[in-house]
Amino acid sequence: MSRLVTEGPAPAEDKADVPPREETPLARFWSEYRESPLAVAALLLVAVLIVLALVAPYIVPQNPYDLAQVDVLDSRLPPGTKSSNGKYTHWLGTDGAGRDLLSAMLYGLRISLAVGVMSGFIAMALGAAVGLLASYAGGRTEAAIMRLVDLQLSFPAILLALMLIAVLGKGVDKIIIALVTVQWAYYARTVRGTALVEQRKDYVEAARGLGLSHSRIVLKHILPNCLPPLIVVGTVQTAHAISLEATLSFLGVGLPQTEPSLGLLISNGFEYMLSGKYWISFFPGIVLLVTIVVINLVGDRLRDVLNPRLKR
Amino acid sequence: MLVTLLRRLMQSAFVVVAMSVIVFFGVHIVGDPVWLLVNPQADQADIEATIRALGLDRPIHEQYFHFVRGALAGDFGKSFTFGESALKVILQRMPATLELAIAAVVMAIIIGIPLGLYAGLKPQSPISKTIMAGSIVGFSLPTFWVGLMLIMVFAVMLGWLPSTGRGPTATYFGITSSAFTLEGLRHLMLPAINLALLKVSLVIRLTRAGTMEAVHQDYIKFARAKGLAPRRIVGVHLLKNILIPVVTVLGLEFGNLVAFSVVTETIFAWPGMGKLLINAIQSLDRPIVVAYLIMIVLLFVFINLVVDLLYSVLDPRVRLSDRAA
Repeated sequence: MSRLVTEGPAPAEDKADVPPREETPLARFWSEYRESPLAVAALLLVAVLIVLALVAPYIVPQNPYDLAQVDVLDSRLPPGTKSSNGKYTHWLGTDGAGRDLLSAMLYGLRISLAVGVMSGFIAMALGAAVGLLASYAGGRTEAAIMRLVDLQLSFPAILLALMLIAVLGKGVDKIIIALVTVQWAYYARTVRGTALVEQRKDYVEAARGLGLSHSRIVLKHILPNCLPPLIVVGTVQTAHAISLEATLSFLGVGLPQTEPSLGLLISNGFEYMLSGKYWISFFPGIVLLVTIVVINLVGDRLRDVLNPRLKR
Repeated sequence: MLVTLLRRLMQSAFVVVAMSVIVFFGVHIVGDPVWLLVNPQADQADIEATIRALGLDRPIHEQYFHFVRGALAGDFGKSFTFGESALKVILQRMPATLELAIAAVVMAIIIGIPLGLYAGLKPQSPISKTIMAGSIVGFSLPTFWVGLMLIMVFAVMLGWLPSTGRGPTATYFGITSSAFTLEGLRHLMLPAINLALLKVSLVIRLTRAGTMEAVHQDYIKFARAKGLAPRRIVGVHLLKNILIPVVTVLGLEFGNLVAFSVVTETIFAWPGMGKLLINAIQSLDRPIVVAYLIMIVLLFVFINLVVDLLYSVLDPRVRLSDRAA
């Protein structure tokens, strides 16, 4: 076969004949996405935050919840002070119990992101299933489901969450249940709207004509075409979930003290704020803020890129 | 019209009943309030006496019907911690919450409309772009974090404004409010700004969108051609037309403000209903929790009902589609 290998300079004139490389949807998406430098920076930051949250136990200077490593004598040290045993420098200070704030924040970020992402995914799966059911079944089922969705969306999320927390009590699982209950309706509405449009298209008609089963049509044909708006809503709602969890934890009705999310850290620092010890609340707040804003920025960009109506 | 009204009323009643069932049964599954109420040294007889006094020894459906009978007469039971009627305790704190919500609406209008007008009239100017970017940030900032920052800057670092409580109140025309005293107004400032922030962003966006649409319409062009002063065109002709959607949306958002005041009241130790709810959830004070939730559901159902009916009065298409259904 070696005869086929042409020697010497590459045949430059052949290049024009080569058909343009088939662009994968992902490559096309990315080339559009990166037109906004702000959105690229935001995506990068999201990635950094996720990595930080994942590796938090391996990079923190101190395990803030290991009592052997924490000294109460070190409590409320301002940023940049050395700890009493001279082992660490607390770059962001310490909190009321003497924990290194930077370490506590990374652990908090881990919990906040985990709760937000997990509730986001469960709500997305549940909402998508209900939305698909509504649009595919039609009739009374659809009317009943959409009535419930409308009803739920007419109440503010925070109120509904408080109501559920009052009923369920505290705890990680309960917070996730509350967040899912608050959010599924957004996904259901989005999916149902898209699916209504999709299922009138010819490819669904063709699939029906082929005699495919209902579940196959819905899951393999309609659902993939509903994904773009679902991803956009998912991004924005995850930011909402993180914000809502932080708010509930701040109010003292969210996560228990044993699972300190960013909201709880801010809440713990609140009592010291009036005496001028700002850092205990301030730094976790900044991290929370950055997390929410960058996720929203990514969501905004996804909305622009994935919206077929805005296609040039 | 009457049929629509009746049907909507029935739906609303159904929602209220369903919510009361969910809330009542839900709240009674969680925790045992008796342990918080009796003296730690109390013996078994004392504990049983307390349980009987609170009516907790009866089966739960009986408790529910007892609750409904009472609720219809405006009696939600006695608060476990205050020892007074739950409704009375809530109503005592309601004026403070309403005062805060109204102050926030006023502030949203005072800040939001001029900024929105400017951004709509000069969409290309850098100031407008800053305003719009600011309104995006305003949407994504968590309310409680903004509240903390307000306290940090204005109360702790600058020492300009007080950060806790309602301050002195005064009564005029039968309304007791801290807005009538100077010290009370100073106490009101920070919480009201905090609560208004989300709505300021909303008002800016609505006003801007309305303005950008209206400036191209004939009546504005005509007013210009007539040689009216720009100030008069914007202040009278334009503003009058864009205010309608802004006021409608703000009316709809009022319930939302009352709900969000839970957060603001907790931060600023404002003695309103929201703070009461949080304390009641933590101390398992069931009558307060149930009464608050029922009240807020009523408020929301009422607001939604009024808006729906107004729409069907104003927009004939809604009525027609309703008849066809």
